[in-house]
Amino acid sequence: MATQTFDERAAPKAHRKLPSEINILLVLIGIALIFEILGWIFQGQTFLGNIGRLKIMILQVSVIGIIAVGVTQVIISGGIDLSSGSIVGAVAMVAMSFAQAADYARAVYPALTDMPVIVPVLIGLFCGAVAGFINGWLIAYTKIPPFIATLGMMVAVRGFAKWYTKGQPVSFPTDSFASLGSGMMPVFIFLGVAAVFHVAMKYTRYGKYTYAIGANPQAARVSGIDVERHLVKLYVVAGVLAALAGIVVAARGQTAQAGMGMMYELDAIAMAVIGGTSLAGGRGSIVGTSIGMVIFGVIISGFTFLRLDAYYQEMIKGVIIVAAVVIDTQRQKKRVKKT
Amino acid sequence: MLDHADAPARAVHAGDYILEVDNVRKEFPGVVALDDVQLRLRPGTVHALMGENGAGKSTLMKIIAGVYTPDRGEVRFAGRPLNIRTPLDALNSGIAMIHQELNLMNTMTVAENIWIGREPKSSFRLIDHGQMTRMTEALFADLGIRLDPLAMVGDLTVAQKQMVEIARAVSYKSDVLIMDEPTSAITETEVEHLFRIIRDLRAKGVGIVYITHKMSELFEIADELTVFRDGKYIATVNAADVTRDQIIKMMVGREITDMFPKIDCEIGETILEVRDLTLPGVFRDVSFSLRRGEILGVAGLVGSGRSNVAEAVFGVRPATGGQILIDGEVVNIKSPPVAMRHGMAFLTEDRKETGCFLNLDCIENIQVALLSSGKVDNRGFVNQREVNRLAEEFCAKLRVKTPNLAETVANLSGGNQQKLLIARWLLTKPRILILDEPTRGIDVGAKSEIHRLITQLAAEGVAILMISSELPEVLGMSDRIMVMHEGRVSGFLDRAEADQVRVMELAAK
Repeated sequence: MATQTFDERAAPKAHRKLPSEINILLVLIGIALIFEILGWIFQGQTFLGNIGRLKIMILQVSVIGIIAVGVTQVIISGGIDLSSGSIVGAVAMVAMSFAQAADYARAVYPALTDMPVIVPVLIGLFCGAVAGFINGWLIAYTKIPPFIATLGMMVAVRGFAKWYTKGQPVSFPTDSFASLGSGMMPVFIFLGVAAVFHVAMKYTRYGKYTYAIGANPQAARVSGIDVERHLVKLYVVAGVLAALAGIVVAARGQTAQAGMGMMYELDAIAMAVIGGTSLAGGRGSIVGTSIGMVIFGVIISGFTFLRLDAYYQEMIKGVIIVAAVVIDTQRQKKRVKKT
Repeated sequence: MLDHADAPARAVHAGDYILEVDNVRKEFPGVVALDDVQLRLRPGTVHALMGENGAGKSTLMKIIAGVYTPDRGEVRFAGRPLNIRTPLDALNSGIAMIHQELNLMNTMTVAENIWIGREPKSSFRLIDHGQMTRMTEALFADLGIRLDPLAMVGDLTVAQKQMVEIARAVSYKSDVLIMDEPTSAITETEVEHLFRIIRDLRAKGVGIVYITHKMSELFEIADELTVFRDGKYIATVNAADVTRDQIIKMMVGREITDMFPKIDCEIGETILEVRDLTLPGVFRDVSFSLRRGEILGVAGLVGSGRSNVAEAVFGVRPATGGQILIDGEVVNIKSPPVAMRHGMAFLTEDRKETGCFLNLDCIENIQVALLSSGKVDNRGFVNQREVNRLAEEFCAKLRVKTPNLAETVANLSGGNQQKLLIARWLLTKPRILILDEPTRGIDVGAKSEIHRLITQLAAEGVAILMISSELPEVLGMSDRIMVMHEGRVSGFLDRAEADQVRVMELAAK
């Protein structure tokens, strides 16, 4: 261990760290500038200057961003949630079936049309909570790996979504339900969710416990944290946020299909990881994930803007995810410098 | 192996060294880790390297292992400059290191671990397991190790794993063996065995660098010793020519006259009483009581159930039989939060496994118990300013050495990590403090500071249960000593009547 010259009387101070999100923000700016430059070269027009495009870009990623917030806190605790995409699909179906308008002849529940918007929303969120609770309970009390528990949930919930209407899409929501997805509403919902969880992760016991459990679960237990209970809470929250995303998706499309939300879980995990959340647990933030989400949006929108083939887009997306983790691992090495 | 067998062990001849470190300097941003240090190892000797945590021993080891390049100076091996880039290079050149954290693959057998990368091949270039087992047996016979070559390494004790590492080092025909605190986690009998092997290797001409904090071992095993302090070379002396106090003085730069500053303080009413506590297969019928201001030392061999009793009392792994009474009332401590509500705190045995959040910073490490005790928050919102203030206050009080409290805890020395963990619990203002090996693996200076703190806490009326493998610590600090043997309490000794012999009689039966 290297020695520090140190005056014993000078007490160490609780010193403010430079937020680690700055690095990710710089990456975002860099990527955006690259597209701007390529835009002028190949398209002869601005990329960032087009407000309409930026709006569409942020709309595209906001729904997955809602999921990413829930996934981020699960990853910080040292876990993973693969079931969120399926929950999106199932909740979209269930919520929509309770949100259909009365003037639609083939409603799933003909007796339950024209319900106030709160009904489908609460039912949808409740379904997400149940799925999350089962995830959390399995992980905390049967000690099976989160990967397996949520993988099982992913498959089972997708099956449920298909079974629910025997594969038929559900459509024709009430205007009030549809308004949850219209215009920039998804972005506002994301911002609300991100703000609440930013505060929760940073300024409440809920957040501090999450980081502690991710950093060292045994030490957390001995320090008086009820680790099992907290894990259940985390997965319930992740389930509820995935459900919220499902509601928004259904409202925006004004229709629900069992296949909705396919692969969203992986995009959400990618946003968290690009945003600096460590899969080893203990590190990450909602601000980071939000920036990760925007990076994601910029890349997709940028490729479309450059008229790059969709196939290339996916390949490059894969490379970017891996690159983000490599960079993060290198940074982590530097953090623990001399031992 | 070099032939130095007929040279007398203590003869001094220039060029007689197998490993020479000369004027090595290593700087990290803002820190001089090593400043002109030297170390000279003769073949066929045990050379102790001593110094407080933070003295630069590990940095030097990493330079020898090729992890770091020195800014200045040179390392010579058998007279030639050493050029090592990877641990494998080191092994191939004849330098083996046994780290505190053992580097073995738990899911593979003993033989596979030893010969990995050099497996004997049969026809078709397939691994010849029979030959590998025979080679391992021959190696073990040579070293007097009794271990099944086909045993899973994960099933071995820490001491046995060490034996495997030593055997692996010997199998590379190493001329230099570097051991970093090899006895910090093994029992007395195992230490005896380890020392036998070390003496054996010494007789065969191997040069051994032995890093340790334990004075008693030093005099038993070392021929020479080198002391570092704050990254500087202090001295190299013959072990026979110095006293314990002189070494301590060299290490800390000041004399520590009383290592165990126990002051008699007023002992109040009984707070904690444990009756017939039982966890089948682990411990049985454990009864004791603990009073305000009292330090009850718990002695016993590793594996005697001492730590398990502590874990049961704190609710980490509750007992299935017996009673725990606090303030005379029976309580059901089924989890740590319940224990904390009754004013208990528990410093665990293993700093890295169950203590620190190594990747988090100091504040995050200190605040956790305080947060879960629910004393500083308002409906779940944490008053971070208050937490930071308390953390600063206690770090100053405990003299935690860190540039600032945003430092990642993995970068702190063992002694400072331990102080942080103690601060974590003191923040909760405990009435009952359970300390499991409070000074394991930390340097002399920090050790005496922690001892002073324990005594001071007792004087303030905290009841302290202190488990320790170091007899002088138990004898020096405790008002009473409870000795455990194979899961049972084998006796209590008062401070006045306790000595090493009596404790060992009860501990070993």
